Amino acid sequence: MIEVLAAGPLTTVQDIGRPGLAHLGVGTSGAADRAALALANRLVGNAEEAAGLEVTLGGLKLRMATPATVAITGAPCPLRVRDRPAALNSPVAVRAGEQVEMGPPAWGVRTYLAVRGGLAVDPVLGSRSTDLLAGLGPPVLAAGQRLPVGELFDRLPIVDVAPVPGPPIAVVLRVLPGPRDDWFGPGGLRVLGGEPYLVAPDSDRVGLRLQGHPLERVRDGELPSEGMVEGALQVPPDGQPVLLLADHPVTGGYPVIGVVPPADIPLAAQARPGQGIRFRVVTG
Amino acid sequence: MRFLRAGERGVLVEVDDLDTVLRLAAALRERVPDGVVDMVPAARTVLLVHDGTTTGGRIADHVAAIPLGSAVPAGGDPIEIPVTYDGADLAEVGRQAGLSEGAVIERHLAGEYLVAFSGFAPGFAYLVGADPALHVPRRDSPRTKVPAGSVALAGEFTGVYPREGPGGWQLIGHTSARLWDLTRDPPALLPPGARARFVPEK
Repeated sequence: MIEVLAAGPLTTVQDIGRPGLAHLGVGTSGAADRAALALANRLVGNAEEAAGLEVTLGGLKLRMATPATVAITGAPCPLRVRDRPAALNSPVAVRAGEQVEMGPPAWGVRTYLAVRGGLAVDPVLGSRSTDLLAGLGPPVLAAGQRLPVGELFDRLPIVDVAPVPGPPIAVVLRVLPGPRDDWFGPGGLRVLGGEPYLVAPDSDRVGLRLQGHPLERVRDGELPSEGMVEGALQVPPDGQPVLLLADHPVTGGYPVIGVVPPADIPLAAQARPGQGIRFRVVTG
Repeated sequence: MRFLRAGERGVLVEVDDLDTVLRLAAALRERVPDGVVDMVPAARTVLLVHDGTTTGGRIADHVAAIPLGSAVPAGGDPIEIPVTYDGADLAEVGRQAGLSEGAVIERHLAGEYLVAFSGFAPGFAYLVGADPALHVPRRDSPRTKVPAGSVALAGEFTGVYPREGPGGWQLIGHTSARLWDLTRDPPALLPPGARARFVPEK
């Protein structure tokens, strides 16, 4: 059992989400930076579907009621276990009664905590992810809450620390054109691949709101709502694209000029407000 | 039929009209292409999302070859949605349709509906089959709070709000039916492809 002493600005339980329900209006949700949660789970020998915590901009403080092995990945934050600095990207043994504390990350947005066995809060429609847009899954973490630990583990890996890359010098995301790049003419993709876009402060798990050179439509009329995928760059009438993340709506009524591939989503999920993002249009 | 790429994992199939969407979605529900994990029918499109074990080309081949049958599933009784017609926009809908409030209610009750697709919120169903006189536009300014269970009209669709939230559809009544219930499988009362009709609330 884990006791929440402080939850920070936004901490949610996340796993690999609930695919297969989009036809009912339910999106996949899950960790915004899936690669970071997957690494944390691997470091403590968990099954890939185990649930952990997604900690937005630090501020989390936990007390372990029972002995636990944890791993912290993603946005690198100062980590203290039993009041001493502890290593990120590494399994850390915590004794009963000891505290785990995360400060604000030096870069990035989302830090992940996996505990050996996974968090055993009640699943909703097959997943323990909190979908903030649809209002599904466990509630946002709050001080005083207690989180049960489950048994979704396998053998512990023989790993002391996982090598992870440092902060990206520049965030460059690939974009596959379409399905509606024709709404912006050939100039649209050129503009998108030109000057960088800035991440706006109202970005969240639904999407990264971007500010930059507007993407202008070359045709009139409205697009009937259509299905949306994670990574889609949706362009509202003001021409400022929104990059859809884990909690995106399953349908949308604005044309999508291009889609960022799954492998580049973790970089997008760690981009901070005010940071610049460049898009590289690819066709492969 | 056009096949548009929606990233590494998505194929957006665009067709000419909603009827073709419904027939294609019905056929694809019977024969899901290998590797497809999510299917999202909408007004003019069906989005197919795969897990990376197949390719967009293979999915397109499957879709192009599938024979299209009827949009409406055979057999079974339609799901009955009990309605109290007391919506805030009932009079305005009547004005726009050139009908009395009583005639709006009568025509809404007379329709045989089919759930075309879901979206907007979990369990929100877009139903087709409404009398063409009831095809009214959305409100000019959306409401910030539409009560759960509101029965509403927009364009060619009628729908029911599963939970309270913002919305721009014109409200004609409300239902006591639970549109979204996590203890039910599926949790949606009106999943895509289901038939429905509205009956007066007792």
